Amino acid sequence: MDVKIHVTDRQGKEQIISGPTDVSLNLMELLKVHEYPVEGTCGGMALCASCHIFIHSPNLLPEKSSSEQAMLDDNWDSKDNSRLACQIPIGENIDLLKIELAPEDM
Amino acid sequence: MIKTDIIIIGAGPVGLFTVFEAGLLKLKCHLIDALPQPGGQCAEIYPKKPIYDIPGYPSILASELVDKLMEQIEPFNPGFTLGETAQTIEKNTDGDFIIKTTQGTSLKAPVVAIAGGLGVFTPRKPNIANLESFENDKVFYIVKEPSLFKDKEIVISGGGDSALDWALFFAENYASDVKLIHRSDNFRAHNDSVQRALDLSKQGKIKMILNSQVSGISKNENKITLDVQSKNNDLSKINCDNWLPLFGLTPKIGPIGDWGLEIQKNAIKVDNSTDYSTNIDGIYAIGDVNTYPGKLKLILCGFHEAAIMVQSAFKKVYPNKNNVLKYTTVTGIKGF
Repeated sequence: MDVKIHVTDRQGKEQIISGPTDVSLNLMELLKVHEYPVEGTCGGMALCASCHIFIHSPNLLPEKSSSEQAMLDDNWDSKDNSRLACQIPIGENIDLLKIELAPEDM
Repeated sequence: MIKTDIIIIGAGPVGLFTVFEAGLLKLKCHLIDALPQPGGQCAEIYPKKPIYDIPGYPSILASELVDKLMEQIEPFNPGFTLGETAQTIEKNTDGDFIIKTTQGTSLKAPVVAIAGGLGVFTPRKPNIANLESFENDKVFYIVKEPSLFKDKEIVISGGGDSALDWALFFAENYASDVKLIHRSDNFRAHNDSVQRALDLSKQGKIKMILNSQVSGISKNENKITLDVQSKNNDLSKINCDNWLPLFGLTPKIGPIGDWGLEIQKNAIKVDNSTDYSTNIDGIYAIGDVNTYPGKLKLILCGFHEAAIMVQSAFKKVYPNKNNVLKYTTVTGIKGF
């Protein structure tokens, strides 16, 4: 199936994007496919915070790994609803997820 | 003035392998990198992660790949200017490029190969109003001269290796007044560093201010005052001589973005049908820094681009010589 994600970009513009659940994509990769300015510098290893997003819906997401938590802890703009998009696989659980891109690194 | 055949900007895996391919054609190389060590992202971001798509290696740690590339290029005796960023470029009257670095080093060569990956690793800065006015006076993102902070009251922010290592260094060596502010009570640094910091905290040599972060900065006579906000929204103020926000490094395209190169989405547009040349004759771009239809940001693609690029570079360095492709299995490696 395809899931739909509500994305708010850094200019506040909202858009709904969709992504397939059957090709091992993660949310960072899906955002890149849709040409959002998400660098994904480390390629998806939770070793940078260039895919930092804020979650604005109650979808059940995978628990943060210790490395994701540590990266977010050391990130300036992190909030309680922060996640790294690369750590969220595209699955049925994230259908209608609402996210916002975090500010770009200064 | 350093003179060479190819100035390579970026000492990541692709920049390093360029030295090998150039060396087979008897072209000498000099590498510049903003980081203090070679390896680029492999060394800075994921040294202990395995890479599975290097041909011939079912699995190799990123740091091992860098070590092996360094070993592979050793016969060709490349020059290195590390810890400096290539800042300006101009074309000399004799047609050579002159590159100057942020530290004033000058380099001259007929060919420039930009293998800059995702860009220059630069410190991640906190998003705080008026911070710029304190930079390099009261606020430092990188510790270059530790002695500047001797006997000073310093505040360090961050929870990674850099923040912990410097907090330990200052507390253990300079007996400075050290405070460490971290937005969590978990650290990303090595366990050993964290334990040492906690021990020093018990001894009163480092004051840990956890679950908090700096939210503002102001001048206070010869010192600065930091506004500190806790997770519970409690506000406090700390007076200190210096603040060192050490939140790691992030790549930015940097000065090469102003060199007149055609840039598309933070990458340099190149001609992939021929030789990865840019819009400026004599400047090439290879590896993650370039873009062309079908581009894949893979180390192995960068290696391929390097091999193609040096063939074209040879013709720039020796316009009147012909080059014949030779196989290392036949000729071996003849260094210089």
